[in-house]
Amino acid sequence: MTTELWARLQFAFTISFHYIYPPLSIGLGIILVIMEGMYLKTGNKMYEVMTKFWVKIFALTFAMGVATGIVMEFEFGTNWATYSRFVGDIFGSALAAEGIFAFFLESGFLAILLFGWNRVGKKTHFFATCMVSLGSMMSAVWIVVANSWQQTPAGYRLVNNGGVIRAEITDFWGMVFNPSSVERLSHTLGGAFLAGAFLVISVSAYYLIKKRHEEIAKAGLKIALLVALFASLFQLFTGHSSASGVAVNQPAKLAAMEAHYDSLSPGDLYMFGWVNETDKKVYGIAIPGMLSFLIHGDPTVPIRGLDSFPKDEIPPVNVTFQTYHLMVAIGFSLIGLTLISIFLWWRGKLFTSVLWLKILVVSVLLPQIANQIGWYTAEIGRQPWIVYGLLKTSDGLSKTVTSEHIIFSLILFTLIYAGLFVVFLYLLDKKIKHGPEAKTKELDFSENLRMTE
Amino acid sequence: MEFSFDINTIWFVLIGDLLAGYGILDGFDLGVGSLHLLTKSDLDRRILLNSIGPVWDGNEVWLVTGGGALFAAFPDVYATAFSGFYIPFMLLLFMLIFRAISIEVRSKEEGKRWRAFWDRAFSIASMAIAMLIGVTIGNIIQGVPIGKDKELYITVFEMLNPYALLVGMTTLAAFMMHGSIYLAMKTDGELQKQVRGWINNSTIFFVICYATATMATLIYIPHMVAPFRAHPEFFLLAFLNMMAIANIPRETQRGKDFFAFLSSSAAILSLMALFAVGLFPNFLVSSISPEYNLTIYNAASSETTLEIMLTMAAFGIPFVIAYTVSIYWVFRGKVKLDNMSY
Repeated sequence: MTTELWARLQFAFTISFHYIYPPLSIGLGIILVIMEGMYLKTGNKMYEVMTKFWVKIFALTFAMGVATGIVMEFEFGTNWATYSRFVGDIFGSALAAEGIFAFFLESGFLAILLFGWNRVGKKTHFFATCMVSLGSMMSAVWIVVANSWQQTPAGYRLVNNGGVIRAEITDFWGMVFNPSSVERLSHTLGGAFLAGAFLVISVSAYYLIKKRHEEIAKAGLKIALLVALFASLFQLFTGHSSASGVAVNQPAKLAAMEAHYDSLSPGDLYMFGWVNETDKKVYGIAIPGMLSFLIHGDPTVPIRGLDSFPKDEIPPVNVTFQTYHLMVAIGFSLIGLTLISIFLWWRGKLFTSVLWLKILVVSVLLPQIANQIGWYTAEIGRQPWIVYGLLKTSDGLSKTVTSEHIIFSLILFTLIYAGLFVVFLYLLDKKIKHGPEAKTKELDFSENLRMTE
Repeated sequence: MEFSFDINTIWFVLIGDLLAGYGILDGFDLGVGSLHLLTKSDLDRRILLNSIGPVWDGNEVWLVTGGGALFAAFPDVYATAFSGFYIPFMLLLFMLIFRAISIEVRSKEEGKRWRAFWDRAFSIASMAIAMLIGVTIGNIIQGVPIGKDKELYITVFEMLNPYALLVGMTTLAAFMMHGSIYLAMKTDGELQKQVRGWINNSTIFFVICYATATMATLIYIPHMVAPFRAHPEFFLLAFLNMMAIANIPRETQRGKDFFAFLSSSAAILSLMALFAVGLFPNFLVSSISPEYNLTIYNAASSETTLEIMLTMAAFGIPFVIAYTVSIYWVFRGKVKLDNMSY
């Protein structure tokens, strides 16, 4: 394998592992705001117990996100130094903005969210919860802006800097609001809300099956279902606008998503299929002309196909096709699961239908998978470019770093992350099995312990 | 060295401030971590852990933001240093991961072996982070083989030279001293007595390392000394640094732990300032030829970007300072454990 492949493998592995956690933090963050808001509004202790329980789960996902997130910031420099020199002027400012505007906000108020229950008033605590949630979304804003600029560069010019070409900002807001920022950010946030909502749905359903903490489980399930209803329908719109944006800005990616080869024919929309990249044929079931209809409102308009791109500018087609279609399928399943659950709730049967609750327990995996493979579609579909149309991935590598370096770090990442994942699942499982505290008496047991020592 | 206060200089100072902020704030976290295994009882270890519990994560953000700002303002420095120091930076990452996870999970399980394992992970990771930071600083002070192509080729063995290891030890000692002073503010009773002993020993340890490192710098690294010869007014920094260090035992003896903490913070800040004056206007000094030094000019982003970022910093930093101060205010006083503690 080449250094490039090792570097890409390491980045893919570390970002995939990292991306398990931030969507959970963003999604749980907004749900915590609702839960604690309900406590403030109703004064019902049950909401306080519920909030404290979910804060503990949130703390765990947040810690995992922080621990694995700092890796990402380093990796641009360690493995992709040439890329960093090329984009630093632009990409770097977005990362710095993430630090100044998101991470400080998030980590500062997190202290109060986790440890401040007895140190600040209820309203201040609620304010801290809101700020943590806002901070987590702000970090999504800046990192998705940075990534979107790689997909659809704007507000820049290319400058010869001492014999090396690099991109420099000409219009900051043009860079921030590049053609794909808004649609990709909203789609990313929608996915994160779903990840958080379905975690709460899953755990609540589990308690209802086990007939434990039923009051909290019912209330939590309702809140999470409403978030899921909003988010899953929101994804329909943001998904559509993302795909329409890709059609305009990254035609090769769109063509790969539907494995559309022939530029003279209208685009079909596959329900599922398998792409034979050598024969340039798809075996599967499609709605003829539907892609053209969705994008141009007319099923007969031809769509630019892969045949119009130079061979070395075509992304891996089948992988892009499969990840894209699976993501869409999961998106529709999540809408279905949410609507059926809400129907059952309306008919008063939700909390007692054990079979359905069991389905909801496992549904927690769906948004996780969709979030991961949605990003695979976006990033693999961008290949062979690291900055679309400007810099190829193979030209972005660090010059001083060898395959051996990367293999060394990749092996360690694999071992450490495997261990971390086991610890994470073990503690998550333990916390869920332990459940919310029956009563919330605030013990200062340091005093007690000291007396018994 | 002609000194003009342009935007590149401002960014050199700002990034220095972010990293000094990291050294002062996460410095005591790392110091507490390094001292962690010196306590034996589970309760004492929990008090140590919870003394930094609410703040360590925010403190680490100074490093993340410093890194982001370096990427944005001086992309060539970021790219050259991060790819050139590949192995030590990867180890630094692994240790930062271990530290974060140890703090989070250590007390979530009752088992003795579980806690013993994470206690060790926490402490070893904290010491390793301090050492790795110090060794990197040591290499930057000495100068590193950067070629015409702005690339840095260095092996791990070259990095682990005696001078760099000495700076590594000095950093570890400084953080232990700083961490033990922080702990004196956060503990009481028997534990606090024990902590006061640590302050004494770690201060002696630090002074020995620092004096040796200073001698080595004066003898072996003339380019770090030249700026002070050209601008004797900067010698004042060295004097302030000495006063700050000398003030630590004085305040500790009077029981004024907060003032001792301010003194050790000032000592770290002035150390960073001495380091920055010695380097300026370079970020990375090439040991091959001074022509290849990465300076605040040849490694910088465009002026537009530096200006945009300055606007962002002007908006953001007052807020950052406001949160930081209020969080420390909320969690002031001795550590109290409750059912949400680590």
